[in-house]
Amino acid sequence: MNALGSLLLVLLLAGLGFAGGQVAGLRPLFGVVVPYAAFVIFLLGVSHRVVLWARAPVPFRIPTTCGQQRSLSWIKPSRLENPSSTLGVVGRMALEVGLFRSLFRNTRTELREGPRLGYGEAKLLWVAALAFHWAFLLVILRHLRFFLEPVPAVVAALASVDSFFEIGTPGLYATDIVLAGALGYLLLRRLLSPQARYLSLFGDYFALFLLLGLAASGILMRYAVRIDTVAVKQLALGLVTLSPVVPGEVGPLFFSHLFLLSVLGAYCPFSKLMHMGGVFLSPTRNLANTSRMKRHVNPWNYPVDVHTYAQWEDAFRDKLKAAGLPLEKE
Amino acid sequence: MAEEVAKPEDLAQVDYRPPAKDWRDPAVEFRKGVFCYSAAPKHLQYLGLPNPRPWHPSDADWKLPADWKRIILEGMKERLDRFRSFRLFMDICVRCGACADKCHFYIGSGDPKNMPVMRAELMRSVYRRYFTPAGRILGPLAGGRELTEDVIKEWFYYFYQCTECRRCSVFCPFGIDTAEVTMMGRELLNLVGCNINWILEPVANCQRTGNHLGIQPHAFKDAIDFLVDELAEITGVRVEAPINRKGAEILYVIPSAETFGTPHYYTLLGTLLLFHAIGLDYTLSAYASEGGNFGLFTSHEMMKRLNAKIYAEARRLGVKWILGGECGHMWRVVHQYMDTMNGPADFLEEPVSPVTGTRFPHARSTKMVHICEFTADLIHNGRLRLDPRRNDHWVATFHDSCNPARSMGLIEEPRFILRSVCRRFHEMPENTIKERTFCCGSGAGLGTDENFEMRMRGGFPRANAVKHVRDRFGVNLVACVCAIDKATLPPLLEYWVPGMHVAGVHELLGNALVVEGENERSTDLRGEPTGAAGASAGPQPEGARE
Ligand code: HEM
Ligand code: SF4
Ligand code: SF4
Repeated sequence: MNALGSLLLVLLLAGLGFAGGQVAGLRPLFGVVVPYAAFVIFLLGVSHRVVLWARAPVPFRIPTTCGQQRSLSWIKPSRLENPSSTLGVVGRMALEVGLFRSLFRNTRTELREGPRLGYGEAKLLWVAALAFHWAFLLVILRHLRFFLEPVPAVVAALASVDSFFEIGTPGLYATDIVLAGALGYLLLRRLLSPQARYLSLFGDYFALFLLLGLAASGILMRYAVRIDTVAVKQLALGLVTLSPVVPGEVGPLFFSHLFLLSVLGAYCPFSKLMHMGGVFLSPTRNLANTSRMKRHVNPWNYPVDVHTYAQWEDAFRDKLKAAGLPLEKE
Repeated sequence: MAEEVAKPEDLAQVDYRPPAKDWRDPAVEFRKGVFCYSAAPKHLQYLGLPNPRPWHPSDADWKLPADWKRIILEGMKERLDRFRSFRLFMDICVRCGACADKCHFYIGSGDPKNMPVMRAELMRSVYRRYFTPAGRILGPLAGGRELTEDVIKEWFYYFYQCTECRRCSVFCPFGIDTAEVTMMGRELLNLVGCNINWILEPVANCQRTGNHLGIQPHAFKDAIDFLVDELAEITGVRVEAPINRKGAEILYVIPSAETFGTPHYYTLLGTLLLFHAIGLDYTLSAYASEGGNFGLFTSHEMMKRLNAKIYAEARRLGVKWILGGECGHMWRVVHQYMDTMNGPADFLEEPVSPVTGTRFPHARSTKMVHICEFTADLIHNGRLRLDPRRNDHWVATFHDSCNPARSMGLIEEPRFILRSVCRRFHEMPENTIKERTFCCGSGAGLGTDENFEMRMRGGFPRANAVKHVRDRFGVNLVACVCAIDKATLPPLLEYWVPGMHVAGVHELLGNALVVEGENERSTDLRGEPTGAAGASAGPQPEGARE
């Protein structure tokens, strides 16, 4: 139900963009106003969420330790999995963000006859998630050629490396295949695994379909429905230089693409897509395990009701005396 | 109670297919054997906690305060503003499900709401409905859910079906720690008086007498005296075990179960023998007679209240630093909370071993050292005479307790000790030890009899790994450094892997420790024949040590 609903919603949005692109009077709306609005919502929304996180203090130092602590000099500490220095934390975070270290640990628990529990390899989620994120990043970087004039050499080089496998004309981008394939896997996984289906929300499918729609419209524009890239670049440059123009000849499919992108941007701050910022702030990962080495201060530490030694001694005075235990007051 | 419990064969038939019912329906069935009973009102009254009343989880009416909803929502708001962890973990889960089959309660029960992600969603759905713009406007479409009394019951059921073990957070790509969400959930439940007796009675005891068991000072002294006599009988050596002695160099804090519980007690025998052997200048305290802290399972405030006595007592007695015994959750509190909550410990000195002169710079600020760190250093420096043959009746494995493993990283220290005192040691499979260790299934205050079935389910992955090394290497002993383990692993293993024994690391050390003036030792600290006498237990004496 969630899956179907979100698919329909994405199709509706794509159609809306498509239709908007065909009506001359609406083109400025879909080509300029909506993207600008989405960008503003994205910026303000994301910063608002980040500020909310940043404003909440980290009262305790609670890293999840995934290896040997630094204690005795002759025991080798696990510098990345249980960092005790800033450098170690940076390394740990780099592994998390760049390689999804924790997801790499994934296993599949299987209950076999016996009963015997087995923990099988289950790296596909890691592969797909990593592939999707890196491909997405590269695709975004590649898109910079629309927004920058002259096109920086790195961006151009990226595009040529990406189309290294000269399949068809124009050269098929490896990232496009990877992006679509990985998204497809992530979607199938949600649909086919009963557990994943049970826990998936409308928003989980929506994000995936939105991205798939975005990727599909992009791929179509490149390989099937040719559009005027010069006009697209005109529009994109206009947007970034704050002197927007909507050239007449950009194809309607482009408007689907742009509209889906706008929706994605505006949707970000209200959704789980905020994980991109959140991962950096996660206190179980970004703190060094120096809890006993350095004092960590809790800004809201307040006094509490404690049963003091004096009260305790008063309560048990006779028994303490009878047992011959030392007393503060006789 | 035992006769009502399902047989292991039946319990092991776990059905992992989720029900067709939408998870947003909060209705839960409080079936006997899978939940903990409510706290007696007198404990709430004594502790000054809200809404003391007689009630039972299976009642239809939980007698919540009239404005319970406002209390919960305000409590959530307050915690969202105070804990970045909480706010972040409410926001960033992508529901990838990587954590799902990592939770022992899910593995053992197949209940999809025991997947960590779902446990947290029970709270997140309410968060989204009341604290995010999308959820306020779009409600269920944005994953929001109304807060109803049934949701409170559901929270109670599932937040007291999580042992705050943090295994899920090891596997989560963002480090989302469902234990943290459970802790918040329990704090909120406590605000409306929904708590369990197995936690609040120890908490009340601890506040009043200084320890969970409610041992009063004279009884504490009796227990220690008895222990000293028994140790003399077994070893021929009479040790000193001072209590509340001012001017000692070191305060030794134990989980109180070591004074009475079996097999905890043997750990204390071993430890006191060790202190005698090295001539340690130390004292126990009858006031700080508990390192464990069931406040951790109640609220941050309660944790702080109970923990405060350790530093207070160290200051009063004028010791230089503090040594802490074998206890898992105690070390979560000591390592990650104590200094922040009740420090700075500027009246103490940076810990230095009086025997080897080794400094413990990693404990420079908190000034409390784990007994395994201390002992490993002694052995490494050759300061102990050990005869590991005296443990030849044991083929040991080591169970990493959740907190020392995942909230500290105490991994090699106990293993080093074990290998030095025990000749036959075998690791359980990689996926079940160290940071990936499986909980005993009874931690975080859930180790009560009425919860027996759920404990057996939760402990199943641990027990199954023990069974593996029993069948493969003839392991007959599970060593550990946790008082809750010592209480709950024996019934767990009795259920799934009969015939296993459970011991503290310092019990095995005590067996192997050669002390000046001791008798020829014919028995171990349990009074059972040692060494060659029992050595037939395992098929292969050496072999694959890891
Ligand atoms: C930095 C560390 C990051 C980690 C560890 C991470 C991890 C993940 C994971 C595990 C998923 C779930 C895949 C699934 O099962 O559905 C996901 C989804 C997603 N991530 Fe990231 N991510 C990171 C950063 C980012 C960044 C920087 C972006 C920037 C746009 C991003 C965008 C997305 C999107 C759009 C999805 C949607 C796919 C879905 O909803 O399932 N992520 N991420
Ligand atoms: S692993 Fe983390 S992000 Fe994935 S479902 Fe579990 S809590 Fe959410
Ligand atoms: S903390 Fe442990 S018990 Fe709780 S949800 Fe995570 S894995 Fe399960």
